[in-house]
Parts: sequence; structure tokens; C-alpha cells
Amino acid sequence: MKLACQLLPYEEIFSIAFSLAVTLYLKLFGLFEEEWGFMDWIQQLVNGISLGSIYALIALGYTMVYGIIKLINFAHGEVFMIGAFVGFYAIAGWGLGFFPALIIAMAVCAGMGMLIERVAYRRLRGSTRIAALITAIGISLFIQYLFIYFRGAQPEAYPEVISNQTYNILGAQISSQSLMILGTSIVLMIVLQFIVHKTKIGKAMRAVSHDMDAARLMGINVNTTISATFAIGSSLAGAAGVFFGVYYTKIEPLMGVIPGLKAFVAAVLGGIGIIPGAMVGGLVLGVVETVVSGLGYSLWRDAAAFVILILILLFKPSGIFGKNAREKV
Amino acid sequence: MLKVDGIDVYYGNIHALKGVSLEVLEGEIVTLIGANGAGKSTLLKTLSGLLKPKQGVIQYENQSIVGKQAQTIVKAGISHVPEGRRVFSNMTVEENLELGAFVRKDKEVQKDIQKVYELFPRLFERKGQLSGTLSGGEQQMLAMGRAIMARPKLLLLDEPSMGLAPIMVKTIFSIIEEINETNGTTILLVEQNAHMALSIAKRGYVLETGKVVLTGSAKDLQESDEIRMAYLGG
Repeated sequence: MKLACQLLPYEEIFSIAFSLAVTLYLKLFGLFEEEWGFMDWIQQLVNGISLGSIYALIALGYTMVYGIIKLINFAHGEVFMIGAFVGFYAIAGWGLGFFPALIIAMAVCAGMGMLIERVAYRRLRGSTRIAALITAIGISLFIQYLFIYFRGAQPEAYPEVISNQTYNILGAQISSQSLMILGTSIVLMIVLQFIVHKTKIGKAMRAVSHDMDAARLMGINVNTTISATFAIGSSLAGAAGVFFGVYYTKIEPLMGVIPGLKAFVAAVLGGIGIIPGAMVGGLVLGVVETVVSGLGYSLWRDAAAFVILILILLFKPSGIFGKNAREKV
Repeated sequence: MLKVDGIDVYYGNIHALKGVSLEVLEGEIVTLIGANGAGKSTLLKTLSGLLKPKQGVIQYENQSIVGKQAQTIVKAGISHVPEGRRVFSNMTVEENLELGAFVRKDKEVQKDIQKVYELFPRLFERKGQLSGTLSGGEQQMLAMGRAIMARPKLLLLDEPSMGLAPIMVKTIFSIIEEINETNGTTILLVEQNAHMALSIAKRGYVLETGKVVLTGSAKDLQESDEIRMAYLGG
């Protein structure tokens, strides 16, 4: 940290940040006064939260896996992609509705997460973290290109499973899809909280993440617990994949890369390894992105996430919920 | 009950235990004393399945437990209270106790939690508190309570007196005796505090750099000159 202080041109960073802040403020203020009314803000907020809940669902998988084996599972974005495609085939191929497709996608992704852990990560458990990390990147590329090899790289248009209505709530235009995604995500997060805090496997997950050897001494099967963590995290990513397809209507085999990275940013933003952190981080990121593109900077929306990552790593590397809330899984 | 015969254990390249043999009979308190780095904790970790011996036999109730997984050993009735307590500090006292009963499927877990509270009234007062906020002595109580939640037949205790005030050490040791007497739990006690350990144990083993150098009844050991010089302060 001392070294970083000497190397970083703090004055420059501050002056750039300051001028950015001023511009942004003027822009925001101008819009608030003229173009954007209060209801436009509410509308953007709802859109942002529903996009953010997709990031949050992916980020939960990152954070849970990190919490338990200290590995950033970069193949997680590919699980998300597979979830989107499974949902697509279930809807377009078998004519299923939104919820059955969601459940199938979640189940397939749960199995896939366990398979990745079993095949790629378990044997590396005792090795260095960098070895596991490189393996994760390898698995990520492997899944992407294996999928392209067998299926082709062409994108698909997601069928409209939720009728696209727009509700006018006190002047704010809110789509039925946003509401559905938001509502389902909230339910999934509540279920997750219940599993982690009230069930036996959830307690085992918390125990293993806190102290693996002590958990072993309680008679907890560490391998089973880690498998379960991968299964739960991956099923959430699968759900996020289906939501993403419904929301953006276009899916393709490399779609997991950017949302995966953004969800990773969300997990770091909230404090990696901390479950509520991933939820909050995802929501914050979604809102920031929506506001940035709503202000007319839609080309910058991807950059916004990485600016956040750089800022958080510079100023609070432990994340919003870091240090004090040591609730890890 | 437990018979260890000539085990060799390695920590990476370090040869931590060299042909250690010992025996614990049912209902006994047996202590294992020795200096830092003698291999005491290594022996307990090997017994509870965290480490695997390269050679040798470990028999528990006439069955070999070498190479068995830790959870199998817990189910068989061996609970290990690790060095430094290792409570789950992000969970409440009660959650820690529930985790202690992880391998049990019967309906008497709640009843046993009440029993632990009777044994350690301090834990009852703090049952909703995060265990990381407890004092060292309370954490030791919790670690022991958590271990007996599995209803062990053999309890392995690793330096329960470490870092505790003398009055707390006395309390903890009297509870160890109580667990042994009321539940009939056999206890293998690892200690650096040789004086306290020998005062409640029936027999003892002295471990030095990975080897058993002396064994005998607690009384004989207390009176032996070597022990007095090395561990009891003349």
C-alpha cells in the first residue's frame, strides 16, 4: 500500500475525478430539471434494479465459490451462458413456459457446476491459488469453444415468454419483464438466504468457508459441501441466463464473458465472499449502468463497471461489506 | 479402546511422528505431554483423520481407522477439540453447538444442547452471541461443548489450557473430569501444562521430537526426576 501511494499520481486522479464529477453533476442536474422528471428516475431505477438483479444472481455464485475455496471461478460466466441456452431450447424447442424453462435451466446448470468442480477444481484443492485460477480461465475458454464447435456461433433470438406489457405506475413506464425478473430474483435470493442460514447444508457451507479443518472435525463432508455450493451458485447463474435472454432477447455462445466479468466486479464491489455484498453490488452496478446509458452515454456503460472495479480496488479493496461483516460462504 | 502402534506421520518433508505407539483404555483420562513441536497435535490430527500416517496401525474399538475420512471417524465416536479452539466465530454459540451434532440424526439434539448449557452455564448466557465475541475461556468451553454434542466415546483435547487465566484453567480441568465421570467419556488430553494434566490423568505419555520417551502412571510421572526437571519446573 505504501508503494502504491508513492507510485500513484494522486493529484491527477483527483483532478480527473473532480472534473468528471462536475460534468456528471451538471448533466444529471440539467436532466433532472429539464428532461428527466421524478418518474423518469423511478423508471430508470426499476430498470436498473432488474438488470442489477441479473448481475446479483451471477455474482452470488462467484462470491459463494470464493468464500468456500478461495477461487474466482471464471468459468461461471459460461454456466450463465449455458443456462440461457437451456432456457432457450426449453422454450423454443419444447414449447415450455417461463417457469418450467427456468427450473430446467437451473437444474442443468447445477449439474454443470458440480461437474466443473469435480473434474477441474477438486484435484487442485491443495495446490496454489494461481494454478486453480489459470485452470478456471482454461475451463471458461474450453466451454465457450466446445459449445461453438458443436452448435455453431450464430446468435439466437429469445422467444417472448413473458408478454411484453408496459405498466404505467404513477407516470413511470415499467415493463412486465422487468417486474417479473425483479420479482423472481428476489424470491431466489430469499430462498438462498433461507438455505444458507436455516438448513443443514447451508450451515455446513458456512462452517467449511470459515474453517475447513474445523468443519471436518464436526463430521462435515467437505467435498459434498463444496459440490453443493457449486450447484447452488451455478443454478443461480442459470436463472440469470434465462432472465438475460428474456431481457435482451439475443443470446450467443460468448454472451457469458461480459456479464460474467461485470458480476465479478459486483462481487468485488460488495466484498468478495460476502453473500449480501454480492446482492448489493449487483444492484448498484445495474443502477449505475442504466443511469449511465440513460444519460446518453450508452457506449460507456460497459466501461462504468470497470471504472467501479478500479476505484474499489484503489480505495476499498475489501468491498462495501468488507472486514466488519465477516459473513462468508 | 484405542491402540496406536508404530505410526509414522509426515508433514510435507518433515518427519513429525516416528514410530509412536500408545494405548487408551475405556473410561480413562490419558495425557500426552511434551514441548512445542514434539508432535502432540500431529498425533491428534492423525487420530481424527485430518492427517494420514505413512506407516503403522491405529485401532479403535478393534477396527482399523487408518485412511478413514474425518467424518467417518466422528461418526464412530471420536471427537477432537482442536488446538486454538477453532470455533466458528461468524456463527452464534447455539449454531456452533448444532454443528457439533452434524453427524447425528436423532431427535435429542436440543436436549443435548440443554445439557451442554448445564455443564457450561456461561454458554447459556451467551447462546445468541457470535462466538467470535467470546473470551478465550468461553471459546474453549464452546469448543468442548461442541465436541461433546457428537456424543463421543473418545474425546481428544488439544491444549485446552492454552492462553487461559489460571482460574479459567482450573474450571476447564474440573469440567474435563466431570465429562469423564458423568458421561463415561474416555479422554486423551494433550497438554503443555504437565502439572495440571497429570493431576487429573490416570496415565501419561511423554513425547519428544516425534517419539514417546517415557510412559507410566500419572503419579509415577509426577515423581520422575526427568519430568520434574523438564516440565514441572524442578
